[in-house]
Amino acid sequence: MKLRQYLRSDAARGYLLVSPTALYALLLLAVPLAAIFAFSFWTQDYLTIDKTWTLKNYREALSEPLYRELMFRSVRISAAVTLATVLLAFPIAYFVSFHVPKERKSLWIFLITIPFWTSYLIRVFLWKVILGYNGVLNTTLQGVGIIDEPLTFILYNANAVVITLAHAFAPFAILPIFVALEKIDRSLLEASLDLGESKVTTFFRVTLPLAMPGVIAAVLIVFIPTIGDYVTPRLVGGPNGLMIANMIQTQFLKLNNAPMGATLAVLAMLIVTAISLVFVGLNRKFLRGQK
Amino acid sequence: MKGGWLKIYAIGYLLFLYAPIILLPIFAFNDATIIAFPLKGFTTQWFSELATIPALHSAVLNSLLIAVTTAVVSTVLGVCAARAAARYQFPGKKGIMGAIMLPLVLPEIIVAVSLLVVLLQLGLSLGAWTVILGHVLICTPFSIAILNSAFQNLDMSMEEASYDLGETPWSTFRLITLPLVMPGIISSLLIGFTISLDEFIIAFFLTGAEPTLPVYLWSQLRFPQKIPVVMALGTILVLLSIILLTMAEYFRRRGIARAGGKDTGGFL
Repeated sequence: MKLRQYLRSDAARGYLLVSPTALYALLLLAVPLAAIFAFSFWTQDYLTIDKTWTLKNYREALSEPLYRELMFRSVRISAAVTLATVLLAFPIAYFVSFHVPKERKSLWIFLITIPFWTSYLIRVFLWKVILGYNGVLNTTLQGVGIIDEPLTFILYNANAVVITLAHAFAPFAILPIFVALEKIDRSLLEASLDLGESKVTTFFRVTLPLAMPGVIAAVLIVFIPTIGDYVTPRLVGGPNGLMIANMIQTQFLKLNNAPMGATLAVLAMLIVTAISLVFVGLNRKFLRGQK
Repeated sequence: MKGGWLKIYAIGYLLFLYAPIILLPIFAFNDATIIAFPLKGFTTQWFSELATIPALHSAVLNSLLIAVTTAVVSTVLGVCAARAAARYQFPGKKGIMGAIMLPLVLPEIIVAVSLLVVLLQLGLSLGAWTVILGHVLICTPFSIAILNSAFQNLDMSMEEASYDLGETPWSTFRLITLPLVMPGIISSLLIGFTISLDEFIIAFFLTGAEPTLPVYLWSQLRFPQKIPVVMALGTILVLLSIILLTMAEYFRRRGIARAGGKDTGGFL
């Protein structure tokens, strides 16, 4: 009787309905992630996997200069991408939220998201065409007479990776900031102006603090996936622009060393999580200080 | 003028966003094997060459099969989760939904290698179905994001009215709920299809011997003489994505209007 009553309750129905999706995520996400974690403590000798638990991979990953360099570089590049993307995105989100008439806002947001949905591979490849030695940018600048020699610092290095990823992740930064700006009660801004603040101080003391949750979301949404990007460093990065995902792929598919690849994947996840938590923690403090 | 500088900046930024897409057709119709300025002349040769590559055709068919299946499965899973989240209160809802949405922020390479490890450990052979498994995982969060607004805008009193008038839960769902959220479902199908068709990393790891379209494209990027054909193919793909997205946006807006909600803009 009690069971039947429970089965009719909201909670039971909710669980029942959410269970196919939740089970799918459990089986295909949680289990594989656990497997990667286990693998990182195992070792591989050619085709046989030695399942004795050891920290050998972690010691190697942390002491080998190549792995360390790739980790640091991935964090550096991701941080640069995040900074560039969010700084470039904020004015756009601000413009659409505050200066575009209400009925045209969806159109702007749609226009901003379209390039993001078109073939990622081809977009990245075209940046190679734009930034190359005989590329669109160089020939244009030379044609106009701004430069005499083609610029070489913009392809096959970390700069190229930053430019290309800043392009690829633009909507990820714009949308959360836009949503946060949309939520701001416009009368607060009027109140601030009425109370004698200038437009600039109103922006820094009212608008920006209220938009901070969106900015934080944008930072996380850009920073976390970019650290694991594979295509961009491979196509436009050159040897000095490769990142940790390229090494993870090499370990799995070329060197046939899945445990080492797993270790690097786990370390990458740990680093991303740690940096994200520190960032969110710092902002909590900052936001509380504002009150 | 209000926001004058910002407007100039916004237009410049849109140019930056659209630069690769604008260049794509220019090189696809350019009569030269080297992708660079100055342009040589107009040709449709690269497009006609597309018809003569059997490997490309099987990759396209493979990708279509994967994309359609992914779109359907992830939308069904999305409907379950979005409906549960909008309609019912249950302990641990936030945590469960968070776990389901996690692939949205997880680097794709992590999803790809972790699935690969498990599949190989289980001794399963790779193929289209393993790519589908991975794609459903990353498409479901997008489906949920789209369907959430559809289900949240739903007026519960309409369903109650239907019960009062003697309909069963199933017929109510079929006759009342489903038609109201249909635009959201179509939009979710289109988005799932688009994401799956374009996804590279997971397919790269899990595809086995039969490449999907992006994996095929990737293999061609290594050969300079094949690049113009890739540009032609890319032009068609971009056009297709834009058409699909415009349809998805149309249905999404219609759905919001139908449910009487207010448009908040954007898919995410």
